[in-house]
Amino acid sequence: METLSFAFPAGLPASRRAQVGCVGSGDLEVLLEPGQAGSLNIQVVTSVNGSAERWRHLFERMFAGANPPALNVDIHDFGATPGVVRLRLEQALEEVSDV
Amino acid sequence: MSNVLSQRGLNWLRALTAGAAEQSGYPASVRVVDAALGGQPARYIAVVPDAQNRFPRARSGEVGLLEGWSLGCALDEVIEADRDAPVKRAVVAVVDVPSQAYGRREEALGIHQALAGAVDGYARARLAGHPVIALLVGKAMSGAFLAHGYQANRIVALRDPGVMVHAMGKESAARVTLRTVDELEAFAAKVPPMAYDLDSYASLGLLWETLSVEAIETPQGDDLARVQACLEQAQADIRTNGTDLRGRLGAANRAASQRVRELLRAQW
Amino acid sequence: MSDLNALLHSRSFVELGARQRAAALLDQGSLRDLLDPFARVKSPWLEAQGIVAQADDGVVVAKGSIGGRPVVIAAIEGNFQGGSLGEVGGAKLAGALELAAEDNRNGIPTAAVLLLETGGVRLQEANLGLAAIAEVQAAIVEVRQYQPVIGVVAGPVGCFGGMSIAAGLCSHLLVTREARLGLNGPQVIEQEAGLDEYDSRDRPFIWSLTGGEQRAACGLVDAYLADEVSVIRECLLQTLEQPGEALPRSRQYARFLDLLARFDAAPQADAASVRALYQGDQA
Repeated sequence: METLSFAFPAGLPASRRAQVGCVGSGDLEVLLEPGQAGSLNIQVVTSVNGSAERWRHLFERMFAGANPPALNVDIHDFGATPGVVRLRLEQALEEVSDV
Repeated sequence: MSNVLSQRGLNWLRALTAGAAEQSGYPASVRVVDAALGGQPARYIAVVPDAQNRFPRARSGEVGLLEGWSLGCALDEVIEADRDAPVKRAVVAVVDVPSQAYGRREEALGIHQALAGAVDGYARARLAGHPVIALLVGKAMSGAFLAHGYQANRIVALRDPGVMVHAMGKESAARVTLRTVDELEAFAAKVPPMAYDLDSYASLGLLWETLSVEAIETPQGDDLARVQACLEQAQADIRTNGTDLRGRLGAANRAASQRVRELLRAQW
Repeated sequence: MSDLNALLHSRSFVELGARQRAAALLDQGSLRDLLDPFARVKSPWLEAQGIVAQADDGVVVAKGSIGGRPVVIAAIEGNFQGGSLGEVGGAKLAGALELAAEDNRNGIPTAAVLLLETGGVRLQEANLGLAAIAEVQAAIVEVRQYQPVIGVVAGPVGCFGGMSIAAGLCSHLLVTREARLGLNGPQVIEQEAGLDEYDSRDRPFIWSLTGGEQRAACGLVDAYLADEVSVIRECLLQTLEQPGEALPRSRQYARFLDLLARFDAAPQADAASVRALYQGDQA
């Protein structure tokens, strides 16, 4: 198990919070809460050791230069594949996005 | 398997009741004796080994189908007998139960329901105002302890390496958690709720009292007097302070149990 | 056409997570999630053992109403650690039931619904899980004096260990075909009693003894329901409306002791012999 932190530039705070997923085999739990304007902070607790680079790439592809909403993101991962991680993050982001 | 069946439950039951007659109508594995506690009527109950038990997986003192339902019966009798009594008699569960019965017959016939019968009896006795005390003289394992002892208002344990409370034996617990027994023991050494020793268990705040005795296998003399005095104090404490289970909360190693309740109440 | 319509509108209950299950059963818009994931009351024991914790410890406590009646639902998430109960999840269940009992003592007729997907005690928190389950059981018996405590075992995890005893204490117990209900998990029986006694890999054998259909045929549950949200909600509505006066199953020691006295325990038991015993009694 390891704990990782990431930060990205962001826009205005999201107006809602959201929770999706479950800490079950091959799955993860994602909690999104409005953050401080300008920053997206992500904390990952994962059962898979040595996976920091994988998480960094995934987040960079999703968030770098994309002006995401300002959020504090908590991820509790139980061995999810990058595809599942991305799906859960997109689900959660959709829940907090202003329509 | 070296399987010397424990006689502790039977020995303590007999000693505490001064050899009073057992109630008839129960299976040989469930011993029910009405005798005094501190000069007041009380019912003492033990589950003991019965090498002739009709259910082969329940011959070593396990709580099985007959035992679960019979405990329910023994408690319902007391509740009914004291229905209109202003002072409800105490119930003392003498606990030396190695496990619930693990077997095909048991699962097929619904052992979970039989053990629910026992829990129901103890819980209703408590709610009806009977002081219910558990005296741990041997193993108090898992579902067997849930059925026989864990509904008590006050739990008293004798200090002895053979007195043990746990959710599952080491080998099975290792298998289910995908660990080796060595790994399991390493975790148990630093995680108090996983440990198998009585001091770790006591640190969870679930015991009302622990007592040292000289000869746990042969209860007599000072040992017996001290245990009897403790049971009398427990009875008096319950009669003064009520029959709920709040006394179990408060230990530092069980702080989250209290905090969750406080937060739930605030949000209720 | 109506069959097709029904199929198109059917919604599986088993496939839902614990929070979705609670929301699907409560009256629309009535749900209040207590100690929700953002409260972050996680297990204080798992991370020290290298196990990732879930923000709500896998137990959802949802207050709301069903058919306008006040209800608290406690739902266990079977996908987190096999639905096992540790200190926090166990305290959420017990605490919710204790507060429901207090409501009733104060004249508020709060009923309880328990959505049980659990292997029982979480062995990483062993004795604290066991203690919490004893308290859950105590509180079920207390609430049951006033209002129904309805257990639902939908599957796929089923309900085992100390929580199967808790299921046996409920005033009403509902299952689906995907449910299993038994005290001891198959692996543990095999470990303790040997392969001849119980082969944990023989799934048809295990289902034949502990599956929802067999439990229903033996009268060890009160309803055998389709895996369909509307069907389960309708059954809850009816049960809350008309709970009936039957003696709770866990009080029927006289009947069960009589049945067991008639059962030939010498040969090994099978599904048919147990059905014959329990159905003979019902006829």
